[in-house]
Amino acid sequence: MQPAGRRDVVDLALQVGAVRASEAVSRSQALARLRIGDVAFRHLTRAAAVTVLLILSGVILSLIVGSLPALRQFGFGFLVSERWNPVTENFGAIAPIYGTIVTSFIAMLIAVPVGLMIAMFLTELCPQWLRRPIGTAIELLAGIPSIIYGIWGLFVFAPFLQDTLQPFLIAVFGEIPVLSSLFAGPPYGIGTLTAGLILAIMVLPFITSISRDVFDAVPPVLKEAAYGLGCTTWEVVRYVVLPYARVGVIGGVMLGLGRALGETMAVTFVIGNAHKISASVLAPGTTISATIANEFTEAVGDLYTSSLIALGLILFVITFIVLAAARYLLSRINKRIG
Amino acid sequence: MATLYAARRRKNSATMVLSLAATAFGLGWLVLILGVLLYEGFSGLSLAVFTEMTPPPGSTGGLLNAIMGSLVLTALAVLIGTPIGILAGTYMAEYGRHDRLTSVVRFINDILLSAPSIVIGLFIYEVMVYPMGHFSGWAGSVALAVIVIPVVVRTTEDMLTLVPDTLREAAASIGLPRSLMIIRIAYRAAKAGMVTGVLLAVARISGETAPLLFTALNNQFWSLDSKAPLSSFAESLNSPMASLPVVIFQFALSPYKDWQQLAWTGALIITFAVLTLSVTARFFARTRVPK
Repeated sequence: MQPAGRRDVVDLALQVGAVRASEAVSRSQALARLRIGDVAFRHLTRAAAVTVLLILSGVILSLIVGSLPALRQFGFGFLVSERWNPVTENFGAIAPIYGTIVTSFIAMLIAVPVGLMIAMFLTELCPQWLRRPIGTAIELLAGIPSIIYGIWGLFVFAPFLQDTLQPFLIAVFGEIPVLSSLFAGPPYGIGTLTAGLILAIMVLPFITSISRDVFDAVPPVLKEAAYGLGCTTWEVVRYVVLPYARVGVIGGVMLGLGRALGETMAVTFVIGNAHKISASVLAPGTTISATIANEFTEAVGDLYTSSLIALGLILFVITFIVLAAARYLLSRINKRIG
Repeated sequence: MATLYAARRRKNSATMVLSLAATAFGLGWLVLILGVLLYEGFSGLSLAVFTEMTPPPGSTGGLLNAIMGSLVLTALAVLIGTPIGILAGTYMAEYGRHDRLTSVVRFINDILLSAPSIVIGLFIYEVMVYPMGHFSGWAGSVALAVIVIPVVVRTTEDMLTLVPDTLREAAASIGLPRSLMIIRIAYRAAKAGMVTGVLLAVARISGETAPLLFTALNNQFWSLDSKAPLSSFAESLNSPMASLPVVIFQFALSPYKDWQQLAWTGALIITFAVLTLSVTARFFARTRVPK
């Protein structure tokens, strides 16, 4: 379908050495081959792009199919029941769901302010030559595999908390009505609080690096104008940088939250794996991902396996919503910058 | 006036000190974790770790089969995942830069990029392990490949988008077919960035544990038989396969002191491998990204 004039141009391409063809016949054959190759390559790339879609649909479909037996057996009650009894094959998901949400909440409670503070330090306070090394070091925290956080948490961090922070919390809040039940019980070391703290360290680099990027994207003119009015650094951050970067920061926080919700290995080591809801954050609990990691290979019977897959489906739906919201917010700020 | 100004100054200094403290807090964890790893893992580091198999409890041994297993799983995952990722990224940046499919794929890819890896493990269990009836190295590497793909798609698309259109126009003006233009010109210009993407993906999967738990599982013995290389290689991938992260998981949670020591040593090896990879990737990205 090439217009006649294009032939000469294509000849040039052949002479450059892209394809060698000497005779006129073989030249036209070579051209045909090129055209076929061109179309084939285009379709190949398109197929690969569609593969990405297929993977996600495959994940969703296989989780739904796998969890059907459990959902059929327990119905909506699966979502609200606290039972988890492999012997009588009676399963409910509320304890792991609760644990997932509480540990992620503790993580965000600590990681968000600290992450924003570090981002502020990196963009406003830090000398230029130190910015890259410190930024990279914080990002290396994200590179450490989660199993390392797990083994470190179990052997180093949990015993440390058992000796220091937890007795302190029990002593301080033991007398205050509401807080005493929140920090009740013996200091086990492992438990919901420990898992939340480790998650905080793990999501810190995500929140820091995204906040730093959106802080950096604030037009210098705006900041300089505020400085020119006599604002202090804190006032510039509080009244100029933060309002401007708000949407991006929320996007980064949601992205970190998505990580925290789905994190598996680190939590599995330190959560304690107890299928019950305790008011105290010092007590052992469990999360969706920890339950799956611990029990899946040992699960006997279709109903048990299916209940675990149903847990996976719930986790996927929660993280999907959080991540989709994060991407939406981040794309909004990208549009504004770009 | 003076008191108001002093109060503002005080507030400012307080927050600045806080931000400094936050940074020290963040860096402190890195130092602490790496320090403990070095302290606990280094004492167990010996030649035996790299030359002997994982031992039964109570006897000495190394991590040879786990290290080999990790290398094989990672290499296969990269072999499966990289071509798909690069081709998909190519479509998004070169053919369909502004079409509907691209924006949908970009959104879905971003979701996959941070989807919980344990869910990927469940997915591969459902589509490979369950129908085949047994855990296998193949299933493990496919699970890891699913994690590789979004990382590579993302960096390939970003890097190809940075390649100046004048290069493409120059190639088109001498009549170079589009596919050749992409392969000979665009890929070459974006090479450094694409290599970075693959390195980042390797760094990401070499520490992954959750997706391997119910796909490759674990194996106390040699998954690879060195006597009859090729045929048995394919065959051994059909059986459960040891990998460093899963062995660390199992050994760390065991009550045996020797196993825990090996877990620390394994943790040291894996962390420094991963950190070296990600620092290398950063270095690549910094030096030769087309501007």
